[in-house]
Amino acid sequence: MTTVLERPRAKTETRSKPLRRYGERPSIAYLFLSPWVVGAVFLTAGPMVWLLYLSFTEYDLFTAPRWVGMDNYVRMLTVDPHFWNAVGATTKFVVISVPAQLIAALGVAMLINRRSRAQGFYRSAFYAPSLLGASVSVALVWRVIFHDWIGHPDRALLALVLLAVWQFGAPMVIFLAGLQQIPQEYYDAAAVDGAGPWRTFLRITVPMLSPVIFFNLVLDTIRAFQVFTGAYVVSNGTGGPSDATLFYTLYLYEKGFVEFKMGYASAMSWFLLLVIALITALLFRTAKGWVFYSGEES
Amino acid sequence: MSRRLWHPAVILLLIPLLYPIVWLAFASFKSGSEIVQSLALLPEEWILDNYRALGDDLAGVSAGRFFVNSTIVAASCAIANVASCSLAAYAFARLRFRLRAPLFAFTLATIMLPVHIVTIPQYSLFQRLGMVDTFWPLILPKLLATDAFFIFLMVQFMRTIPRELDEAARLDGCGSIRIFGSVVLPLVRPALVTTAIFTFIWTWNDFFTQLIYLSSPEKLTLPLALRLFIDTTDHNAFGPMLALSALAIVPILLFFAAFQRLLVEGFATSGLKG
Repeated sequence: MTTVLERPRAKTETRSKPLRRYGERPSIAYLFLSPWVVGAVFLTAGPMVWLLYLSFTEYDLFTAPRWVGMDNYVRMLTVDPHFWNAVGATTKFVVISVPAQLIAALGVAMLINRRSRAQGFYRSAFYAPSLLGASVSVALVWRVIFHDWIGHPDRALLALVLLAVWQFGAPMVIFLAGLQQIPQEYYDAAAVDGAGPWRTFLRITVPMLSPVIFFNLVLDTIRAFQVFTGAYVVSNGTGGPSDATLFYTLYLYEKGFVEFKMGYASAMSWFLLLVIALITALLFRTAKGWVFYSGEES
Repeated sequence: MSRRLWHPAVILLLIPLLYPIVWLAFASFKSGSEIVQSLALLPEEWILDNYRALGDDLAGVSAGRFFVNSTIVAASCAIANVASCSLAAYAFARLRFRLRAPLFAFTLATIMLPVHIVTIPQYSLFQRLGMVDTFWPLILPKLLATDAFFIFLMVQFMRTIPRELDEAARLDGCGSIRIFGSVVLPLVRPALVTTAIFTFIWTWNDFFTQLIYLSSPEKLTLPLALRLFIDTTDHNAFGPMLALSALAIVPILLFFAAFQRLLVEGFATSGLKG
């Protein structure tokens, strides 16, 4: 993501200076930005502060929030067994589905990456499930097709992993675009040196593709933490059997919008935000070791 | 892999991938008991009863109402997103103002922010405004450019427009508003269409937000109507459930068929274009 963001910004910075000469006031920019500013203040930044406050209260939406200090956090982390079941189920789901989806995506991207008139059609066909996968329709199909599995904890989770992997088309098209940017000369040179396909893959494809792999890894991980519809539909909103599919967002929904324990759900939201921020930071830290940006001396 | 093996190999992978969708299409013509008993593709006996049953009332409302509601919500969100995100993107891509760098960084950071984080405080806000159980909580955030992904997509597009074009227009005496309307917007049309269609499809599919905000039967959207079937253990309801499921994905498939190139490429390049 850094390659994407840094370069063009520098370009606009240097080029935009002459505009001032025509004497337009910079405040015109805020006119264009005004809807965004209202949204950022009242629907994003403000709510996050309000959420932090709510997480220290008992709040049922209908009476004023009542300050309870660290109660929600203490109850969540030390008393509530469902909370840890939800953390466990979500962790299992993320750890299995993200690598599985990325491997499928990279494999298929490499398979269909060849000069052919059919490539565009294949790319669209593999992408189609990504547009449908989040729908209740597909979740209901999963419920019927896998109805023998959903009574069994491990298999119910596996059915949801399969639903996630089924949507590998989204990272696949990004991999494909990345593969097409690797200069053919590198492969030609490897062939001249007599490198086999496996060696070529490890020494050329993976390093050249590493920024894209990293981009997909970060985005997919964050996305996997937010999966809701499939788990809701397949488990009938319960997260069962025995909390095996009680994904974090499902439990958050249950606490906040079924039991109306908004204070507790707010504490859960903040915890989720911290965990996601932490994981993203960790991924960025490891990236220094394996993500290679071309143009950079290694 | 030889060229002759390539097509069969790809097609062999596509068959299981697309099977669930094709299965859904055929299963909607099966009887409830046949749906439960077999996963075969073709119905033993073709029936239209499942579709006829959708004419009857579900929760006191006919299925047509759910389609109308979903269309109103998805289309409004699409239009709102195009309008608000293009305005914000133009400011970030082309205009000079002191807070541009930090505000743009903030926008990019919110791409990664899970929706569930702001759900509770937003709900509490919309409740105070008396907007719960209306379509406003679904549409208003789009009118206020909270979908940072699309701002980013449009900024990427606008940066590819040669600056000489704006500058020439400026020399001709155009202000930013005219440049935006008659130079930039026409040139980023692919990005606007991509945004509109993605927003439509994602809103059409969205379950979580609609689930928390909408409750009265005459306001339900398709995902919520389908949810009414989840509780049922009656096999006879499986037929109409799959018929409505199949109908609900038809608009997505139509949009995809019409705009697949634009959608796939818009998605693929959003992260890569420099």
